[in-house]
Amino acid sequence: MLAARSIGNLFKRPLYFADMIQQADLIGFGSLPIVVLTGFFTGGALAQNSGDTLRRFGSLTLIGQLVSLGMVRELGPVITGLMVAGRNASGMASELGSMVVTEQIDAMRALGTDPMKKLVTPRVVSTVTMLFFLTIISDAFGIAGGGVASSLFFGVDAHQYWSTAWQILVFQDVFTGLAKPILFGFIIATIGCYYGISARGGTQGVGRATTQAVVAASILIIMVDFFVTRFTMTLFSH
Amino acid sequence: MASPPAVAEQRAQDSQAHPRFAVEFHDVSIAFEDRQVLDGISFQLRHGETKAIFGVAGSGKSTVLKLALGLIRPDAGRIHVLGEDITRMREDDLFELRRRVGIVFQESALFDSLTVRENVAFRLLEEGNVAEDEVEKRVREALSFVELEHTMDLFPSELSGGMRRRVAIARTIITHPEVLLYDSPTGGLDPVTSDTIIELVVKQRDVYQTSSLLVTHRLQDAFTMGTHYFDRGENKMKPLPPGSRAKVPMCFLILRDGRIIFDGDLPSLRETKDEYIREYIS
Repeated sequence: MLAARSIGNLFKRPLYFADMIQQADLIGFGSLPIVVLTGFFTGGALAQNSGDTLRRFGSLTLIGQLVSLGMVRELGPVITGLMVAGRNASGMASELGSMVVTEQIDAMRALGTDPMKKLVTPRVVSTVTMLFFLTIISDAFGIAGGGVASSLFFGVDAHQYWSTAWQILVFQDVFTGLAKPILFGFIIATIGCYYGISARGGTQGVGRATTQAVVAASILIIMVDFFVTRFTMTLFSH
Repeated sequence: MASPPAVAEQRAQDSQAHPRFAVEFHDVSIAFEDRQVLDGISFQLRHGETKAIFGVAGSGKSTVLKLALGLIRPDAGRIHVLGEDITRMREDDLFELRRRVGIVFQESALFDSLTVRENVAFRLLEEGNVAEDEVEKRVREALSFVELEHTMDLFPSELSGGMRRRVAIARTIITHPEVLLYDSPTGGLDPVTSDTIIELVVKQRDVYQTSSLLVTHRLQDAFTMGTHYFDRGENKMKPLPPGSRAKVPMCFLILRDGRIIFDGDLPSLRETKDEYIREYIS
């Protein structure tokens, strides 16, 4: 119901555009350093692990393709989703939970403002939008990290790495990689807001809500990733 | 803020145009997790009247206020506020009605990420059709009513408990609601600060003639309200001259085990023969 109402509110006034921008700043720019770092080092680790195996088969030239596909289709969206879930689903749950236990949500309703419109919808819109762009950044830094690791540890030519990494990508890969953050962003924001608004039992309840939000969002991201991967593979196999 | 007589005159005209009670509860019941909190209570709040609600902890006093504002819905019975049946009213329609009803929460419930100015202006800013200088003017007037103009740029965490209650009152009265609901406005405050809050409540009652429901644990607060009036000339609360108590629009309601055991004015309360009530007020 919360998820449906958060979308339905997009077609009702007021839209709280300023709140959306504020949340986009908090979620997007606030998460940028962790997304860049995790993306870069994940790509680097992926290159190291796959490079060793590829060398045994004399296929080290494929390392760029492997890192690129792995990051764009799978690791970029999932790692970014999990990072943003850890940072923002917890933030949303604790912020809204604190507002619930201090009666600020009731006060907002009493003052004639719909908390769903004012608090939930801007967070959902901002998370979906920013996670989309954060995933692109994570993909780029992941491939770059893979390039650095390939060059440093396996002596792969940088030009060759980048051209193979770029050329292997087709519409299906990009579509799969960019559809996921839209769903993950929706999961992160709605789960974070749901546990926050449902928080009961004072500060202990807020702490519980925060933990539950991160756990639930992380599990759902991994599960949805599995089904979206299967769905897109089926969709593009025909 | 408009001049007090202008608001009071408008109130008088409104109440004549709408002769129904400001708030009416008809046989209202509600239970939380199998515990019956209110069991078929009925009462009315007349226009311009303040009704103090007493009862031991857990007797359902705050629940009455939340029901009157439509924040929670009763299991049975009907509730009318300003002539409108809110019992099964849609949330979107309730938002409209709540623009005419204000509440001061027990712990103030100020938005801790907003300054005092933004808290007090919240409702005006949400309405979106009030000019910026008009918002500023009304915020200053509301804060001057509670004598806290100097706190405009502070955050709630930088205020004392009493100051937070006063800011909460300013936030509530900025749009001149027709009905005010106070949830233990003096709870946990020292006697001097409590007197300041009660003086503000009396001022709101006598100057703006706002209909109010006031939940309190402190009997002395309600008795003070029943025996004092606000003198506009001297701008302070004064005791009523002997024999004039009937003119104060103040009455009392006592809850026990989810039921109303008393609903009347101060003389009736003092003359009651009910053992429980006599012990409670002694």
